Amino acid sequence: MTKIQLVHLAHARSGDKGNTANVGVIAYDAEAYHLLAERLTAERVKSHFGSIVKGEVERYELPNLGALNFLLHGALDGGGTVSLMNDAQGKVLSTAILRMEIDVPEEVAAAARGRGRVPPGWTPPERRRSGG
Amino acid sequence: MSVGTGATRRDLVRVAGAQGFWGDDLEAPIRQVEGGPVDYLMLDYLAEVTMSVLRKLKARDPSAGYARDFVPLMERIFPICVERGIRVLANAGGVNPGGCADDVIEAGRAAGVAGKARIGLVTGDDLTDRLEDLIAAGHELAHMETGRPLADILGSVRSANVYLGAEPIVRALGLGADVVVTGRCADAALTYAPMIHEFGWSFDDIDLLASGVVAGHINECGAQSTGGNCLADWWEIPDLATVGFPIVEARPDGSFTVTKHPGSGGRVTRASVTEQIVYEIGDPRAYVTPDVVADFTSVRLTDEGPDRVGVHGVRGRPPTELYKVSVAYSAGWKAVGTLTYSWPDAAAKARAADVVLRERLDRLGLAFDDVRTELVGWNSTHGALAGEPSAETPEVQLRVGVRGTDRAAVDRFTREVSPLVLTGPPTVTGYGGGRPRVQEIMAFWPALVRKDAVDPHVEVAVRDV
Repeated sequence: MTKIQLVHLAHARSGDKGNTANVGVIAYDAEAYHLLAERLTAERVKSHFGSIVKGEVERYELPNLGALNFLLHGALDGGGTVSLMNDAQGKVLSTAILRMEIDVPEEVAAAARGRGRVPPGWTPPERRRSGG
Repeated sequence: MSVGTGATRRDLVRVAGAQGFWGDDLEAPIRQVEGGPVDYLMLDYLAEVTMSVLRKLKARDPSAGYARDFVPLMERIFPICVERGIRVLANAGGVNPGGCADDVIEAGRAAGVAGKARIGLVTGDDLTDRLEDLIAAGHELAHMETGRPLADILGSVRSANVYLGAEPIVRALGLGADVVVTGRCADAALTYAPMIHEFGWSFDDIDLLASGVVAGHINECGAQSTGGNCLADWWEIPDLATVGFPIVEARPDGSFTVTKHPGSGGRVTRASVTEQIVYEIGDPRAYVTPDVVADFTSVRLTDEGPDRVGVHGVRGRPPTELYKVSVAYSAGWKAVGTLTYSWPDAAAKARAADVVLRERLDRLGLAFDDVRTELVGWNSTHGALAGEPSAETPEVQLRVGVRGTDRAAVDRFTREVSPLVLTGPPTVTGYGGGRPRVQEIMAFWPALVRKDAVDPHVEVAVRDV
């Protein structure tokens, strides 16, 4: 077993419903989904976020999509229009969850390394000219 | 257009998503109607906060209160929509759908389509003026999370709108409407109403409706399903400058394909579609809409070639007897001020400045419900998960927000930020935007109301341009 950051195993999208944020975590493949379903418990996610999530964390499974959905209650300082947070709608909590580290078999970690991050040496493409 | 009334029967209906919120890419609807064949164009303009903003605008000007961008857009695309038989559905009506429909008719005349198109109008979602009567009749409109009755804050309510289902939209299509303007309705209904109309689905065809809901959920946030804001391999997603918005190719059996126009930017993959499916959902087994409770754990995705993702197998359960109501109410005032601190020790300077600012607010005797400090460039996105900043961090932006019920206190706060430039820790800039703006806080009160208290008030009208 070795530790690996979730960002290499899954992608994610987050949003808001009132003062609750939802974070959908989508595994890159079936093997990663089984690992996440086993290890990414509501308790672990709650503990990862610490004081950021004032209320409970609920977890739902979407095995059909290789995804887990987490509801982070009380994570948005009152929610969209009330909140004083820069991220008042929880749009980037998606990547906050991907900071988590989980234990996976060595070969899984080796295969996943680098995945989910911009490849070394990458530069933005040239701007295309209109009409060109 | 405007020849048929009643349901038609086709094998395929293409519903194009063209706006994901009021403020979305203005050129997207043009690309959707010009870029290839589509049958319906759906435009979702209404975020929760939008209704209260629109109500404020209408209070100042009774002809306002709807998504103004929709009218010049219709003037631009009316001729091509008429020529190609593309029907348009939009919740652009906001809190003044009648005024919106009037102006769309004017736009149609200006665009030269008089006598060639019909405008459908759906009303009855607006409960604002009925709240007292509803409460008196025993509808508590209790807050869905806290259980508090609405009567507690009735004096602060600015708007209250029901999320209507697809039935009135289908009725408008059946009456030959080529453009359907609604106020608040379930966003997804703008996508699945055409399927009900074209395929002759019944409101008892639960699994078919659930498929339509999933299609609507994928369509309603514009390019978020076609490569926009897509995290998976984002650096490989091509040509976002001309990103193709989603097109749902629906079939009578409920299965559908998510795609976009050939040659457009972005990318439709299982990853891009899945990210949108999980966006802003709660319990995936119970995605509640006015027409059906869809089960997102039944969704099956298949690769159907480049930029084509198939969706099938969707199941649902019958709807509840309740509509969701979104109530906006005034909940005080807020303001956010920012200053930028440079290397060396940028975060240390910003934190020291925050202490000075807070001490001054205390000494002035200003009371707030909350004061929040974040350092942009360090912890404003991931909070404590970001760890400690380095002394070598090139720069951080101090971002302090306050909120409270005393407007004067919030206003005084806005005058306490820029003095820090000369009276606080050194090497600070970024104050060029002037004093922070005091904003009224419009909070949301989600509630439920019995459908039978709403349905008798829902009206559908269809008029010629």
